[in-house]
Order: sequence, then C-alpha cells, then structure tokens
Amino acid sequence: MSPAINPPSYPSQQELRNAPGYPSQKRLEKGPVVAIECIEEIPCNPCEQACPQHAITIGEPITNCPHLDEDKCIGCGLCVSQCPGLAIFLIDLTHSQGSASVAFPHEYLPLPKEGQTVRAVNRAGEPICSATVVRVQNPKTNGQTPVVTVAMPRKYATEVRGILRAQGGKKNGG
Amino acid sequence: MREVDLAVVGAGPAGLTAAIEGAKRGYSTVVLDMNPRPGGQLIKQIHKFFGSREHRAGTRGIEIADTLFYEAASAGVEVIVEAEVYAIHDSTLEVVVQTFAEDSLILPSEEATTSRSRPLSIAARRIVLATGGAENALSFAGWTLPGVMGAGAAQTMINLWRVLPGERILMVGAGNVGLIVSYQLMQAGGEVVAVIEATPRIGGYGVHAAKIRRAGIPILTSHTIVSASGESRVERAVIAKVDASWEIVPGSEQELEVDTICIAVGLYPNARLASLAGCELHYFPGLGGWIPVHNSRMETTVSGIYVAGDLSGVEEASTALEEGRLAGICAAASLGKERAGDHDEIKAIEGRLLGLRSGPFCQHRQDAKQELIGIGEAQCPQQ
Ligand SMILES: Cc1cc2nc3c(=O)[nH]c(=O)nc-3n(C[C@H](O)[C@H](O)[C@H](O)COP(=O)(O)OP(=O)(O)OC[C@H]3O[C@@H](n4cnc5c(N)ncnc54)[C@H](O)[C@@H]3O)c2cc1C
Ligand code: SF4
Ligand code: SF4
Repeated sequence: MSPAINPPSYPSQQELRNAPGYPSQKRLEKGPVVAIECIEEIPCNPCEQACPQHAITIGEPITNCPHLDEDKCIGCGLCVSQCPGLAIFLIDLTHSQGSASVAFPHEYLPLPKEGQTVRAVNRAGEPICSATVVRVQNPKTNGQTPVVTVAMPRKYATEVRGILRAQGGKKNGG
Repeated sequence: MREVDLAVVGAGPAGLTAAIEGAKRGYSTVVLDMNPRPGGQLIKQIHKFFGSREHRAGTRGIEIADTLFYEAASAGVEVIVEAEVYAIHDSTLEVVVQTFAEDSLILPSEEATTSRSRPLSIAARRIVLATGGAENALSFAGWTLPGVMGAGAAQTMINLWRVLPGERILMVGAGNVGLIVSYQLMQAGGEVVAVIEATPRIGGYGVHAAKIRRAGIPILTSHTIVSASGESRVERAVIAKVDASWEIVPGSEQELEVDTICIAVGLYPNARLASLAGCELHYFPGLGGWIPVHNSRMETTVSGIYVAGDLSGVEEASTALEEGRLAGICAAASLGKERAGDHDEIKAIEGRLLGLRSGPFCQHRQDAKQELIGIGEAQCPQQ
C-alpha cells in the first residue's frame, strides 16, 4: 500500500501571488521572467547577488523574502541555478504560438536530451502534460546545477515545475 | 609532551575558523579531528548551502570544507586527522592518533592502510572545543534491525563512500536534515517511499520540502513509525497517524515495503568531551540539549576552554563559522596579544550572528542563546 495523505508542502497559487518574488500576470504575458517560489523568512540570500540586473532584493535582515522587480528582470535565467533552494523558475509565456516554456534546476542523472518528449510534473510531482525538452544547460558557472527548459501548452506554465525523473537502471533481485 | 598555544578539537567549520584566527595572530595552533578528512559535517554536504554570501551560501558544503582547510593550512595551522581526543585534564589533551604518520600535517593517504594507534599528549594554553553535534536516536519495535540508521549515516554512505544503503527508503523526520538527505538519496538512485513527521508541521524549510514533493515523494505530517520488521534486516515498516496528544490513531496504521529506515529526528550537542573537561552544562531544548555554559566570549566555566559551533547549540554552518571565529579571536586575545582591530571584529561578528538568528525559523535560537550567555556571564571566569 502506498501512503495516503499528502498535505501540500509547497506554496499555493494564492500564497505565490501574494509573495514579493512572484511576477504579475501582466508581466508574465510580456515574455520571459522569473518566478521566485521562496515565501518563508529563511536566512538566505545568494539570489540577490546572482542577478546582474539587480532585479532581486533581500537586503537586511537576511531573513527577508526575495523581492522581484519585475520590470528589471530581463529573463536571462542566470539566477535559476544559483538558488540553493532550487526555488527559482524561468517562465516564458511567449515561447511560441500557443506554447510556453519553463526552465527549472534539475540535479538528477541521467539528464534529459534536447528534443526529447518528457512528462512534465506539477508541484506535487504529478505528471500533468507532456513536454518537449528545449534546452539542457550546464555551464561551469552553474556549479553543477543543470537547468532544463521544457515547452508545453501555455495553460500548464504556472503549474509545471519539473519532469518525471528517468528511472536509472533499477537492479533486479538485489 | 607537545606544547601549543591553542589546541582545537574538531575540524568542522567552527574548529577551522577558530584555528585560523589563532594562527593569524601568531600563536602555534593545532586542530585535532577523529575523521580521516577535515571539514566536519561539511564533507558530506553535496548540496548548495543556505545562508549569506559572506558565509559562501550557494556553494556546496564540500567545497567550503576544502577552502577552509586550505585557508587554515596557509595560516600555519597544523591539522591532525584520525586523531581522537578522549580526555582533557589540567589543560592537557589526551589524544589517540590512528595513523602512523608523524606530527606534521597528516592528510588522508591511500597508502596508510595498516592503521596503527599511537597516543599523543598535548599541553595547550588555550583550548577551543568544536566537537559538533550527534544524531538523536528513536526507539520503536524493530529499531535494532539492520537497515535502520541515522540519516547522517546514510548521507555519509552515499556521499563519502558511494554506497547506497538500500533501494526503498522511509525517512523519519521532516526537518532540514530529513528533507536534504531524502533529496540526496534520490540523487544517489534510491527510491524514497515517504517522509514522515510526527508534528503537524514540516520543520525544515519550505523550499527543501517543495523539491521533495515535486519529485513525487509524499510528506506525511502527524505520522510516526510504529515498527520495523523483517527476517534478518528491514523488509517493511508500519507507520500510523498520531493525534494532538501524540497518541496513535487506531486503525490508521499502514504498512510500507521498505528496506531502509532513516532517522532524522534532530541533533544534540556532542558535549561529552566538554563535560569530561569539567565544563558546566545547562539544558536548552531549543538548542538541542545539554550545552556547555559559556559567556559572550565563548569561554566556558573552565578558564581557558572555549566552545563554538553545534556544540554550543545546534545551529548551522553559517553560525558555526562565525562562532568559531569569535572563539578563536577571544582565546587568542586572552593570551595577551589583543590586536587593534579585535574589538571591531568581535562587534561585526556579533552583528552577523544576530542577523542569522532572526526570522521565524531562527529567532528562538537568539532568545535561547541570550539566556545561555546570561547564565555564562555570571558563572564563567571574568576577563
Ligand atoms: C544534512 C545536513 C544539511 C545541512 N545543511 C546546511 C546548510 O545548508 N547550511 C548551513 O549553514 N548548515 C547546514 N548544516 C549544518 C552544518 O553542517 C553544521 O551546523 C555545522 O557543520 C556545524 O559545525 P561544527 O564545526 O560545529 O561541527 P561539525 O561540522 O559537526 O564538526 C565537528 C567535528 O568534530 C570532530 N570531533 C568530535 N569529537 C571529537 C573528538 N573527541 N576528538 C576529535 N575530533 C572530534 C568530528 O569528527 C567532526 O569532524 C547541515 C547539516 C546536515 C546534517
Ligand atoms: S532572470 Fe536574469 S534578470 Fe531576471 S532575476 Fe534572474 S538573473 Fe535577474
Ligand atoms: S537563494 Fe533561493 S532559497 Fe535563498 S532566498 Fe533566494 S530564492 Fe530563497
């Protein structure tokens, strides 16, 4: 039998909309921008320094939540791999006609391949749609946090936060 | 008998920074650690750290360990690994060294397979204890079966020795350690069946919980482990719901097929050596348990013995780095050479510690620390 109860252990849409790190719908419509899903007052601030545009502010005390200046964010995605909480996602609603893209940190092997079709999952890890891998980036500056970008129908862009992990060769019979 | 100005026990972030401050001020400084590699907890932390930029947040723990060790070695600190301090009396540390290398800097060497122990006595003018924390145990039916282990042990197995302890894992405890180790077990190829947590709330940071959840792992709050069973090792676990008074809700039991059960129910300060040395302890549940009483200079009730890091309250690497520095500066200053900048440096460290101990997750630690230091100011030797 598998466990029965899964209390949400991720922020709700409502909580995100109220958080200072989440972009407005208007800004999302304009093109690539990050959604910072970090809503607790934890002592952490690498995201602030990661952004060359100074679009993310934490300030003092260090337990402030990250604040996104959505007009300053140019959607370069540099901050995505720098957040130790893996809580920053790059959303592009203008990826192509009808499709959007979401970029997220993915620290699992094997990495997906560009062009591959994958199952995209929501914040609860449930597969909600299929998606195409657009990019897999892992330059040295990412500090070994690969960033995967997937494209999927637009309506899923605020839900997709990862992909089903490839099941690495499971041993048989121990 | 070796004689040194400053002896530090523990080469974690607290011990190494304390030693760096001592050596920078021209004092002969030695660090002893029972592990084969310096860095303390950091050597198994393959995740990017939290905290502030000054504390190298965003850098993986293991890399912080390497940088600190390099910094210590360049400052002239002598680090002796595989050296367990088993007693302290009259400012003398009794050490058993497990390798056969001589006193100079001993690095873990592949060749050193025929380990031999040798005693070493070190007389030190000042001592900093930075022995870190140890994992709390949890007893339940079947808890002695092979396959039940501390989350820290599992983390050491996967990240240091590259051995996956099992394929289907139950994690008990949803604090940061339980959440991070679950994530790392998945990265290592294990399947985490569930994370359970007896309180109604997830104790760790939401961002850590979120990454576990989007990997499809359930986090069951108000759940406890009832039993583990199996022929010769863990084959299954029974978990159940608990109510507000911590009683098991009848009929809520469910059986999980798992081969490994990891316990992550908190750490307590590893105060055995401090206690042996005669340091007075005080019980602070919010900081992990029995803690050596110390004043604002990190000096204990035994004159000349200082403490820092998880030993002086289970916190984080960022606070351990700062406290270690503080203990190192104060221990060195008490040896006679207070430097012009020391006062300002101490004030700056205190300011940063205050910042780290703010917010809903950490403010209680500031309050507890303040109370502890209040007791310390009355009981510890005056400057
Ligand atoms: C899973 C996990 C994740 C963590 N993540 C973070 C994070 O993201 N950010 C953060 O800031 N902190 C994090 N921490 C906490 C951080 O690792 C610790 O708070 C920090 O390492 C404490 O430093 P320390 O120097 O006090 O002790 P430790 O690092 O525990 O070092 C103590 C050392 O003392 C040695 N020792 C003990 N007794 C003796 C003896 N008698 N003789 C010789 N040597 C002895 C031990 O071998 C050990 O090497 C995490 C901890 C865990 C377990
Ligand atoms: S995407 Fe680029 S511009 Fe936008 S916040 Fe991140 S680093 Fe800054
Ligand atoms: S780096 Fe990530 S986890 Fe840390 S404050 Fe910024 S968004 Fe939150």
